[in-house]
Amino acid sequence: MSEVATAYEVNGIVAQHDEEGYLTDIGQWTPELALLIAKSEHIDMTDEHWEVVNFLRDYYEEYQIAPAVRILVKEMTKKYGKEKGDQKALYALFPYGPAKQACKIAGLPKPTGCV
Amino acid sequence: MAEAAPKFDPKAHVVGDPIEIPALACGAMAGSKPYVASSAHQQPLGFPGELVENWQEKAVARLGELVDNSRALRVYLDSCVKCGACTDKCHYFLGTGDPKNMPVARQDLLRKVYRRYFTLSGKLVPWLVGAEDLTKEVLDDWYSYFHQCSQCRRCSVFCPYGIDTAEISMAARDIMDTIGLGQKYSNEIIGKVFNIGNNLGLPPKALKATLAGLEEEIEEDTGVPVRLPLDEPGADILFVTPSADFFASPHMEGLIGYAKVMHEAGVKWTFSTYASEAANFGMFVGSQENMQKVALRIRKAAEDLGVKRLVFGECGHAWRVAYSFLDTLAGPFDFLDRDYPVPQHVCEFTYDLMQKGKLRFDKSKNDDFRLTFHDSCNVARASRMGDKPGGQFEIPRAILRATCNHFYDMAPETIGEKTLCCGGGGGLLTDELMDVRIKGAQPRMRALRDVADEHGVTHMAAICAICKAQFSKILPQYGFDMEAIVSVHQMVSNAILLTGSRQAEEYDAQQKPAS
Repeated sequence: MSEVATAYEVNGIVAQHDEEGYLTDIGQWTPELALLIAKSEHIDMTDEHWEVVNFLRDYYEEYQIAPAVRILVKEMTKKYGKEKGDQKALYALFPYGPAKQACKIAGLPKPTGCV
Repeated sequence: MAEAAPKFDPKAHVVGDPIEIPALACGAMAGSKPYVASSAHQQPLGFPGELVENWQEKAVARLGELVDNSRALRVYLDSCVKCGACTDKCHYFLGTGDPKNMPVARQDLLRKVYRRYFTLSGKLVPWLVGAEDLTKEVLDDWYSYFHQCSQCRRCSVFCPYGIDTAEISMAARDIMDTIGLGQKYSNEIIGKVFNIGNNLGLPPKALKATLAGLEEEIEEDTGVPVRLPLDEPGADILFVTPSADFFASPHMEGLIGYAKVMHEAGVKWTFSTYASEAANFGMFVGSQENMQKVALRIRKAAEDLGVKRLVFGECGHAWRVAYSFLDTLAGPFDFLDRDYPVPQHVCEFTYDLMQKGKLRFDKSKNDDFRLTFHDSCNVARASRMGDKPGGQFEIPRAILRATCNHFYDMAPETIGEKTLCCGGGGGLLTDELMDVRIKGAQPRMRALRDVADEHGVTHMAAICAICKAQFSKILPQYGFDMEAIVSVHQMVSNAILLTGSRQAEEYDAQQKPAS
């Protein structure tokens, strides 16, 4: 196995992550950490990225799981209109998938199963 | 490896004969391995947390137990004559060229160990009969190559001895779990079913909110209050579906279709939070105990809710478990109404209503879809639908033809009982296996490219949550639209004319001659 970092470090805080970069302790998440994770995913965080990340975090706080893609699409359509809020637009923001990649940046666990 | 292999460019490989035999690439996929399960994911399933010290001894003992308990497995291990009929039938071999992905070679990773320890010739003259000690190198090969088999059983169709290769992969994975070398993806998920009730880890509150949101959406769209009931006492039907239907796309679009059909049928039905999962990854890891524990949840939910019928949503291997094993695992289901199939597939349910003339469709609503159908491996080769042989092929196609004007099948050697796996089945639908998933999908992608070029096919429908998730990821790699994969009941949802809906009114107004 190649040497893979097992922790993020930002502002002197060390946050462990799993093999794929998902935070082990979601309580350690900070916006600065999100920027660092996004960088390792080659994503420059814009306002729209933050909109998604914040929505995921709010939803998670309420339901202990990330929202379904359809729910996320609906929310973004409400905010940005049909063109900038559809599934394709979300994939343009997070090429590896709004559920998995955005969850990683938001510090949330990876959705598992047939998804 | 000394030299890195050139990167595989799917778009450069999408045109060609889907089942073209590749040039051999020895050892090309030896590095493909899923993440190993940690003790947190092993122990809830009753497996050791990490590789045990005397793993060799334990593995051989476990293999002995398995062949003692399963006459079938022993016959599969004894009877191969190396005729070669299966060599070029595996999509992972076709996509990777790695000879260890030839089904016969993959099976031999286990067979040679079986011979060494359980046959007389293997004990006495191992070098003459291809028998080998279970070494660390062999175990590494097991971990790598038994996780490059989706247990799709296409190779078994061509085996003159009827060897069920999936059973051999399952046995190998069972042995690895027993010695503490489990696969993270499947085992973490099975643990979630025990803890939360589904693969996704979707808690009841979230499930309830999701279903309520869909009810609102459907009513907004149709004007009809279609319900998606949860844990509803007094329901006649328990509807069990993969939890991906509550989360991913195009799965959820299919879920909306089920609800509309149930509404139009006028039946009392419900989902269950306790059995909010149709999938049963216990089968993938070859663990009878875990498969049974998952299956018993469905029985308990059916009993607790007092339902009379059991209907399954679009999930390939769940239908295999339900159709072929449910009675053995969790039966007898003598408390259910025997006037209906136990269990029933949602496609059978919908088809039955169609036959009775109870569903109306406006096919033109699907005119943007020029469709083909991907037979999912577990439905195609391990189950049936309806009351005629081949019903599992005919019924989903009949539904698509009834709801869409444009339907074209892919090449005959790539569909029906010879269907190609999506490349993500059998517990391989995990991101670290993306390379083998992409390459394993190549035969299917070529077959799709063919009908796209010849008939202008734009979309492919499927009735399996894994196929849908796999294709959403893989299609763009091969130059297709990620939304080119659809649910069968998504097509039903688009075209159905619910009684009293806006769509039905508009349709009927168009049918009337202008006065």
